[in-house]
Amino acid sequence: MTPAVEATTPVLELDDVALRYRGSTAPVLQDVSLAVAAGHSLALVGESGAGKTTLLRLLLGLARPTTGTVRFDGEALRLRDAKLMRRFRGSVQCVFQDPYSSLDPRRRVGATVAEPLRSLGIDSRRTAAPKVAEALERVGLPADAARRYPHEFSGGQRQRIAIARATVCDPRVLLADEPVSALDVTTRVKVVDLLAELQQERGLTIVMVSHDLSVVASLCERTAVLERGRIVEQGDTAQVLGDPAHTYTRRLVDSVPRLPV
Amino acid sequence: MTLLDVRGLTVRTADGRTLVDDLSLSVAPGERLGVIGESGSGKSLTTLAVLGLLPEGMTATGSVELGGTQIVGASEKRLTGVRGRDAAIVFQEPLTALDPLMRVGRQIAGPLRQRRGLTGGALKRAVAEALEQVRLPEPGRIARAFPHEISGGQRQRVALAMALACEPKLLIADEPTTALDVSVQADMLALIDTLVRIREMAVLFVSHDLAVVAKVTDRALVMKDGRAVEEGTVDEIVRAPREEYTRTLVASARKLESALAPRSAR
Repeated sequence: MTPAVEATTPVLELDDVALRYRGSTAPVLQDVSLAVAAGHSLALVGESGAGKTTLLRLLLGLARPTTGTVRFDGEALRLRDAKLMRRFRGSVQCVFQDPYSSLDPRRRVGATVAEPLRSLGIDSRRTAAPKVAEALERVGLPADAARRYPHEFSGGQRQRIAIARATVCDPRVLLADEPVSALDVTTRVKVVDLLAELQQERGLTIVMVSHDLSVVASLCERTAVLERGRIVEQGDTAQVLGDPAHTYTRRLVDSVPRLPV
Repeated sequence: MTLLDVRGLTVRTADGRTLVDDLSLSVAPGERLGVIGESGSGKSLTTLAVLGLLPEGMTATGSVELGGTQIVGASEKRLTGVRGRDAAIVFQEPLTALDPLMRVGRQIAGPLRQRRGLTGGALKRAVAEALEQVRLPEPGRIARAFPHEISGGQRQRVALAMALACEPKLLIADEPTTALDVSVQADMLALIDTLVRIREMAVLFVSHDLAVVAKVTDRALVMKDGRAVEEGTVDEIVRAPREEYTRTLVASARKLESALAPRSAR
């Protein structure tokens, strides 16, 4: 994999993908094509039931499309190809919405953050320790965090732990499913800043699912709008949210409550 | 005369931690007050204390007068008389507020039967009317549905219909739109605004979201760590916050909003 190839081939790509659950008539996703360029950020927006999370599951290799192809570095993602999937798991990590249910309450934070290094066979417990410390420091947590348990942390701090866990193995892509929706507004701003920092400093590619348009507008360069399983509009965030071409996007933007001027 | 008068309300846990600290607020008939705060600020506990619904082990001291009844220390029988008649509440998560095993129509019929003594055909008509009022399509179908068979926005409308069924003088809404999609939220806020206006009801609207509070109320109280930090009109609080904490809150909201605002302002 040479840098020249990387510059032109999207890290992740969906090519004319559809997903239909067995026994259901309406597809969850259809005619979905999108590409995630390395080092860039993409937002998937839409309301409940639009298919955002299903789309993210495809990008994470947790579900297989009914038709169409998911590509990783230009190569079709074969979920049974252990070698390919190992490389994929080392490169693509995820942060979930609820920082209360996504961390094992009985494990010390250090063990949780080290998990990707251990399960990918990169490190032993001993060699993982300095990397864990570095990852925790990067997300702005105190050095003794590794020895503590999740319940000792606030929601915002837990989401930082989840981000430390997802970035400890130095992935190229971070997929985030509503990463700040469960947080207070002041905390939300801080976590968005942290993600922006990671993107800039480490060249991290970010794909974020969110229904919060202001978070999307402050973090992501590109936006794809999903309505009932189809992408109705995609492009530069400034263009899509600033001057929506589709009535659905327009309605979403207009619905956001705003402070009195 | 005030409808709700809270003076020096303090809520403590069994182990002596103070969660709401010497809080005072008042709501006149037909008036709307917003309570703004982040998680752990004590805003939800305050609403529960107003209805005498504090969880086991928590004790309230001070005074909460609702429609002339002292809530602090009142007997359960007394509280039952007040709830629904003087004030009713809509919670954040409609899925936990509704009984999953009971059809929606029966859940709305409960308070109607108890409060207004309706039975038979009259009760059935009142249920249909209650569902129509909150603009639910096909009220007949919704009445027969179980909560899991309808959408989140529809469930919150059902919860609102239940709260309004007894025609309370005060509607308490605790983050009623936080769990909803943004376009559904906009519709829900407009609906609350209209229904409350028609009935000349007072509102105590609790939310972490300044912009949402601004849509419904004109006056607001900012809470932090169980205490009232600042009180004033929503305009004053947003344009010229006096306290440091309020300034941070407004600045955070503005920062997120500004990412969206300038371009879409065109």
